[in-house]
Amino acid sequence: MSRTKLNDLDPDFKNRVASQPGGEGIKACFACKACTAACPVEAVDKRYDPRKIIRMALLGMKSEVLGSDFIWLCSSCYGCSEVCPQNVRFTEVMFAIKNLAVAEACVPPGLTVQKELLKRHGRLYEVTEFENDKRAKQGLPPITEHPEDYAALLG
Amino acid sequence: MRSFKALSWDGRPCPSSSGVGVLARHSRERKDKVDPMEALLYLGCTVPVRNLNYESSARLTARSLGITLHDHEKFGCCGFPLKSLKAEDTLVVAARNLALAENEGMEICALCNACAGTLTETAHVLDHHPDVKERVNTRLASVGLRYEGPVRVRHFMRLLWEEVGVEAIRESITRPLTDVVLAPHYGCHYLKPSELTAGFDSPDVPKTLAELISVTGAEAVDYPSLKDCCGGGVLGMSEEVANAMARKKLEDVSRTRAHALVLVCPFCNVMYEGQQKKIAKEAGLDLKVPVVYYPQVLGLALGISSKDLGFKLNRVKPKELLDIVEG
Ligand code: SF4
Ligand code: SF4
Repeated sequence: MSRTKLNDLDPDFKNRVASQPGGEGIKACFACKACTAACPVEAVDKRYDPRKIIRMALLGMKSEVLGSDFIWLCSSCYGCSEVCPQNVRFTEVMFAIKNLAVAEACVPPGLTVQKELLKRHGRLYEVTEFENDKRAKQGLPPITEHPEDYAALLG
Repeated sequence: MRSFKALSWDGRPCPSSSGVGVLARHSRERKDKVDPMEALLYLGCTVPVRNLNYESSARLTARSLGITLHDHEKFGCCGFPLKSLKAEDTLVVAARNLALAENEGMEICALCNACAGTLTETAHVLDHHPDVKERVNTRLASVGLRYEGPVRVRHFMRLLWEEVGVEAIRESITRPLTDVVLAPHYGCHYLKPSELTAGFDSPDVPKTLAELISVTGAEAVDYPSLKDCCGGGVLGMSEEVANAMARKKLEDVSRTRAHALVLVCPFCNVMYEGQQKKIAKEAGLDLKVPVVYYPQVLGLALGISSKDLGFKLNRVKPKELLDIVEG
């Protein structure tokens, strides 16, 4: 990673995170690292470090945070939130950060595909006659798709 | 929409939906009078397409324990997949399902940990933040719905634990699973965040699944990675990371005497059953851990046949388990 120049920093970034729903707790972090110790993703991939993400965000390293691949690795297991002595609710902070990344057009393709599926089928997996036949064979009632509501709600 | 009638599984109209759905929304007394052993079954996206064994066994065991589960044909995705994109979209989509349940005057019973978590969280947010509720309701108006709340949401397991209870289950067991050994896996959203699951089970020392296993007559084993995250939430982003997360538990369980790993969530199933072969191959391991759903195990103990419980759909056959139980 190239060194961050001071004037690349965005001092307002932490406020933007804090103003997102779920992001409110970020400024309460006192860097104790309990979240990192509890994180199952960090345990298998050191690039992902909750405390480091918070430090970077608090320092204003906006483009490094929003443009990074690793913010998408959170499994939303709530392990960090449970152990945090400051009630930062880091799982929710991560959602706030990801929402900001999406607003800045830094979004992994897989996620937008899911939204399109919801608008088209109202569910992640299409239910065709094939699926309903399989269900009938198992004695289960058919599933009806209601994409119209999802399309209307998700614009 | 108003003409919709909720049907119970065997096609009987559900009592609160005989054209009075609109009334139910405005009538508190009505909601309170509904039999607590009745709920709307919330299948989510994955279970009704990929986990028919879970769905069948949940329906059959519920029925045999006196819980009446009704279908709502308008339920769709809970909204969890949208949360990384835009958290408010998740609230709106989840609230649509909550509003549908509210119109029926019934609580929701979910089979998936993520659905249960998302719907519970949304109800909690809307019930505590009137401003958010109004924003969400403004968007819901476009599909003719409104959420007043509260609507209760519980995981199927929580319904078993709180409404049926271990003692009543014990009395219903007709075929104790003596000599069967099982490894429980709770899953993250079953236990956390504790601000939503408080009063049900403890994220530090979970016990409900182990006790619900024990009541069938089987032995529930403890193992080092009991509380590990399955990694399912990362699979779409990095298969490598997700597989690395799931591997430890599969290895641990294969070293115990357990005949199967017992799940209550289709996300966890994607990792432990769906990815197992790949994980084993990548790691050069010989893993063959049968993965079953809790209601399948419970169903066996209630005397339901393995065929009806959909065991033929389990990818790694729990052969030893079924040999012990059905001979
Ligand atoms: S546990 Fe909480 S206070 Fe400690 S570093 Fe993590 S977020 Fe900050
Ligand atoms: S919620 Fe995300 S950051 Fe927190 S412990 Fe789990 S994977 Fe790590």
